[in-house]
Amino acid sequence: MTTQKEILLDPVFNNNPIALQVLGICSALAVTVSLSTTVVMCMAVLFVTTMSNLAVSLIRNRIPTNIRIIVQMTIIASLVIVVDQVLQAIAYDISKDLSVFVGLIITNCIVMGRAEAFAMQNGPWLSALDGFGNALGYSVILLGVAFIREPLGAGTFFGFEILPTADNPGPFGWYYQPNGMMLLSPSAFFIIGLFIWAIRSWKSEQVEEIEYEISDNVQYKEAM
Amino acid sequence: MDSYNKDSLANTFLVALLVCLVCSIIVSGMADYLKPIQQLNKELDQKQNILRAAGLLPQSAKVSEDGRTVEELFSEFTIRAVDLETGEFLNQVDTKTFDPIKSAKQADVSQELSVEQDIATIKRRENVSLVYLKMKEGVIDKLVLPVRGYGLWGTLYGYLALEGDLTTISGIGFYKDKETPGLGGEINNAKWKASWKGVRLYDADGFPSVSLVKTRSDSNSESAQYEVDALSGATFTTRGVENLVNFWTGELGFGVFIERLRSSSDLARR
Repeated sequence: MTTQKEILLDPVFNNNPIALQVLGICSALAVTVSLSTTVVMCMAVLFVTTMSNLAVSLIRNRIPTNIRIIVQMTIIASLVIVVDQVLQAIAYDISKDLSVFVGLIITNCIVMGRAEAFAMQNGPWLSALDGFGNALGYSVILLGVAFIREPLGAGTFFGFEILPTADNPGPFGWYYQPNGMMLLSPSAFFIIGLFIWAIRSWKSEQVEEIEYEISDNVQYKEAM
Repeated sequence: MDSYNKDSLANTFLVALLVCLVCSIIVSGMADYLKPIQQLNKELDQKQNILRAAGLLPQSAKVSEDGRTVEELFSEFTIRAVDLETGEFLNQVDTKTFDPIKSAKQADVSQELSVEQDIATIKRRENVSLVYLKMKEGVIDKLVLPVRGYGLWGTLYGYLALEGDLTTISGIGFYKDKETPGLGGEINNAKWKASWKGVRLYDADGFPSVSLVKTRSDSNSESAQYEVDALSGATFTTRGVENLVNFWTGELGFGVFIERLRSSSDLARR
């Protein structure tokens, strides 16, 4: 019997949707260039995942098996549109930066994965907790990535300059040369990879069993 | 509940119908409720874009260096509708609601461009467009023109600002583009945009002659004053920007209007 606390906190480190299940990578690469967009994206995903799990769970005994995926999609899509509309009204600049990625929460595997895997079998309260917990696990990784990318890529932290750049050198004329690669998507791959490494070194039970071993290369021996 | 079969045909239709109904009410209610606020945001954003193109508002701030707000700065501009064919101001057009980009899609208020004419690849050009004029002590201080043209992945929408002499570029800015971040997306780079300031638009014969070049000609030569650095790794975007600037300042764009404004001194004094 899993407790509420486990349902909420398990996805953060033990069963992290990004680090263990490797889901939701697309938006993790796209929105983590700056911390402010990342925070807004995380809040959007928190809202959508929690509410969609809650809504799906409330009507789970009525949803016909044949159309359950479409029903889940409809609910998720509606929530995402609501979030998008709200962002356009209250945080127009950030919603422009996030552009399509708010809309693409619909296709974020975490949201639908939790609706199908958890909310279809569990009560509303536990489902909402599970949705919130999974979005929290997603958010922890995203914030971690943005925490590294923004200062190294632009020398700023939440838009405030913390490392003087060439345009505006600090005392004694020293300045930080921003690492442009940190602003491009591949850097997030490296950072997420390092996170996965760190988490699996800490919690070694997450290391997957080796499915096959690469055999020795014997061709050069034959040649000799 | 014994008789309840969730997989029956009737229930399938019922659930589908109810889910769609509830979701659509929530979505449309929300969209309708938030629309006025979103509209205000869009207008504010457009004003910021115009002010930034004209160099009156810093690229990343929401107030000017002397602390004036967007609304204050923009109130110095007058919005006028212009007949692109004749270059005359049209007073009967409501500039608040008129949308030139929308009217370019309607056959009766726009004209189709032939392949030779259509260097900016916009297919149709509206007959009437808007200009943003800033006057200072009775003479034109800035003129901001809405421009658009095809880049690499999609149409670039922006504003081109001219100085009071109507032949020197004051600034450029794009508010909508689909270019590759880091390559064509560099059209939004503040440093590159700043390099447009002071570039001459018309050559001795009055033709728009801006060119985006890989290597700048000798700074003393005649051609150097029309040149802007191209963006490296973004040949198509660069070509698109060059074409759209030359199209919209040419005779099919605002060229007739600019010519008229420059030659008629009483217009300039208004």
